[in-house]
Amino acid sequence: MPDLKYTLSEPDEEEKRLVQALTQNAQVPIRGDRVAFGGVRRAKNLRNLLLPGLHALQNAKGWISPGGLNHLAETLRVPAAEAFGVASFYDLFTLEEPAYAGPLHHVCVDPSCGVAGAEARIKALQAQGKAVHEGPCLGQCDRAPAYFVQARSSEPVDMTALDNSKQAFDTSLSGKLLRRFGKVDPSDLRSYLDNGGYRAFETALSIGGAAVISRITEAGLTGRGGAAFPTGVKWNAVAAHEAYEKHIVVNADESEPGTFKDRMILEMDPFALIEAMTIAAVSTGSTKGWIYVRGEYATAERRLQSALNEVQRSGLLGHNIRGTDHSFDIQIRQGAGAYICGEETALFNSIEGFRGEPRSKPPFPTESGLFRSPTIVNNPETLINVLEILEAGVDEFRASGTNDSPGTKLFCVSGDIGTPGLYEAEFGTPLRRLLEAADIPAEEVYAVLLGGAAGRFLNSSAIDMPLSFEGAKAYNATLGSGAVMVFSNRVDLTKVVTRLGKFFKDESCGQCVPCRVGTQRQHEVLLQIGDSTPTRRQRDLLDDLSIVMGDASICGLGHTAASAVQSAIDQGLIWSET
Amino acid sequence: MTEQNISLTIDGQAVTVPKETTILEAARSVGIDIPTLCWAENLTPVNVCRLCVVEADNSKALVPACSRACDAGSNIETNNERVTKNRRMVLELLDSANDLSQSEELQDLMANYEADSSRYSDNLAAHDEPKVEDDLFIRAYDRCVLCYKCVQACGEEAQFTFAIAIANRGFDARVSTEHDIPLPESACVYCGNCIGVCPTNALQFKTEFDLRSAANWRPEDQEVTETICSYCGVGCTLELHTQDNEIVKVTSPADHSVTSGHLCVKGRFGWEYVQAPVYRPPSAIQTDAAVDD
Repeated sequence: MPDLKYTLSEPDEEEKRLVQALTQNAQVPIRGDRVAFGGVRRAKNLRNLLLPGLHALQNAKGWISPGGLNHLAETLRVPAAEAFGVASFYDLFTLEEPAYAGPLHHVCVDPSCGVAGAEARIKALQAQGKAVHEGPCLGQCDRAPAYFVQARSSEPVDMTALDNSKQAFDTSLSGKLLRRFGKVDPSDLRSYLDNGGYRAFETALSIGGAAVISRITEAGLTGRGGAAFPTGVKWNAVAAHEAYEKHIVVNADESEPGTFKDRMILEMDPFALIEAMTIAAVSTGSTKGWIYVRGEYATAERRLQSALNEVQRSGLLGHNIRGTDHSFDIQIRQGAGAYICGEETALFNSIEGFRGEPRSKPPFPTESGLFRSPTIVNNPETLINVLEILEAGVDEFRASGTNDSPGTKLFCVSGDIGTPGLYEAEFGTPLRRLLEAADIPAEEVYAVLLGGAAGRFLNSSAIDMPLSFEGAKAYNATLGSGAVMVFSNRVDLTKVVTRLGKFFKDESCGQCVPCRVGTQRQHEVLLQIGDSTPTRRQRDLLDDLSIVMGDASICGLGHTAASAVQSAIDQGLIWSET
Repeated sequence: MTEQNISLTIDGQAVTVPKETTILEAARSVGIDIPTLCWAENLTPVNVCRLCVVEADNSKALVPACSRACDAGSNIETNNERVTKNRRMVLELLDSANDLSQSEELQDLMANYEADSSRYSDNLAAHDEPKVEDDLFIRAYDRCVLCYKCVQACGEEAQFTFAIAIANRGFDARVSTEHDIPLPESACVYCGNCIGVCPTNALQFKTEFDLRSAANWRPEDQEVTETICSYCGVGCTLELHTQDNEIVKVTSPADHSVTSGHLCVKGRFGWEYVQAPVYRPPSAIQTDAAVDD
């Protein structure tokens, strides 16, 4: 056990209280097969409280003081330099006392908010004397231009909390996944149960885990976070493990620009997510659940926490659920402003109290995931589909969509034309129909960015593309997370593309050379070119950067960091004269 | 034992190696060399530099040879056009961001791979001032390629001191103490194991730094003498690097069974006395005449 050394900076009374409150009733995760009841080993096993602790300090003081960080690190037996490395990794943590004591306004300047007047909003806020930080997408594209307020001595506030009158979802094309939206009170478990809640859970208990997994496999459910990996394969792999502890992790760190579906699920239908997680747990013999919510989703996190408290009180979580042998409990973790933490292994590191740097795969999470135990990582939308499959049955589920992409999909439509919002549509629905539902006239469409910053641009010739995995593939595109950003020819697309270059530069974790330096250089070249015509040398450099980031980076962020830029060029959307 | 072995093809050669062997180890076992930067024989691979990437037929992206275990039946190409292009780009990116002039190995690689970082016209290299905080060693992070080796050596791989870690994110990521406090105030115990693993000379002995500043660093005139550290009974092998008959730095071989290349503050820095002027107390001075008596 190393003899750790800390600086002499002292915490104040409030900081001491916060850290004590954090640790006194904490559950200790098990590493390997050793349970640590006390002493230094227990403290070390509490490292996963580092991120919640940093949040507590930040929220109380408006910044993280050296004394507070020192005390937190020492309590959790985290080396001081590592604690600083973790704290400095995240955008939402301030490590120097801010000159301005008031709240900090994070204003989104990513594509959808950029074209909806983010600059004007920034000017207006600055005119009021507010501190403004121009930041990445806040997942509020349906109410662009969005902002998020981080204040001292209070929890952060997002726009949902400010204006809850408008929840933009549309079920005109299909309304299966969204059927509880607006009907079920997200703060009342009774209301959820009265609307068919926990019926799927009863089915799961009666047919058993193996049957649940085989139904999911037969239904052809694939991950809705972007990678479209078969869900049944994941669940099967974890169910087959005889590990002491297995985890169900929900990846609600939705940070892909243009994507807000998971936020709306958490805000409008939190009980469904908890029910589906419990089904995953009892079907695979997992006992620990984690929901990683991005830090900017303040309202979603609060609603989810209150829903979780209700379910825990009702006995549908905890020891021996409903008198069965199954035990399962859920903890919520908040991200702190880091797109990369949506990468599943970076997410594990973030929960464990390390820097959110992706791990090398293999081993894959189903072998060695959170705390190096077998782990299922699912997207919230994927899990909501599980309820659908168990309630309606496999045949009914497969009746929608296409043979290769069964079911329905949530699409987040935003941009400078039409009505932005969340739309559910069967897989295979032509893009044109989705756009019609969103009041976007086909003839006004100049470009569509499908799948967010990591996705690809399409030009107007793709308007009849079927929205399915195979349909997108035929257009060399990807549905990704379901972000559909639509731009008219009134939008300066070069500016949008340059902003995407900045997004990747800002969000690269910095671990591997191709992405750390490549995203920086790509952004520089884009800035240099601006509205002019790129030289041969500049074009070659962009292409070479695209190759090395795509081929040699560690994770998906680097692999896709050039795809939006390259597709915009390929589709003739920018610099068309070259 | 055959079931513990797997066979694969590397650059057209059939190779049979024990399970869990990395592609790098397998390739080197048949005489195929793959360049590395963040890999070291005495540290766990972190596969961050991506210089060792190779093409595997069962992976869409290139894979890091240093850490990827061989898959049975896979076909690996370590030196085709795609691989070479990626390595050239990695070298260019590093050279565009860092001062690599003190790394002979990287200079050779850049020449071999024809890396041309001059095309990064807006060359935003790191402009970190060297941190000179004590008489033992300096940290010049404009040469740091973030290979993580020093962090590993300071932490669980050797010293268990944890004085440094990676801080910040992306292009701004740096090796740092907490709040970037000076090393003498940090947890650092001056074992110098970070210097021992640094591939770009970002970390160097103060003696070397001073000689370089005075334009008097002459590796070609230096001698290396192997000896055993005289401080305790562990028996660490020391390599004393001397220039003009003065010790200028101390290393230990990474493949040495006692040290694995790692030393403590005494072996690494405690050699001043060797070249101190010999002190003779007056009472001990004997005249020749007295000796004759």
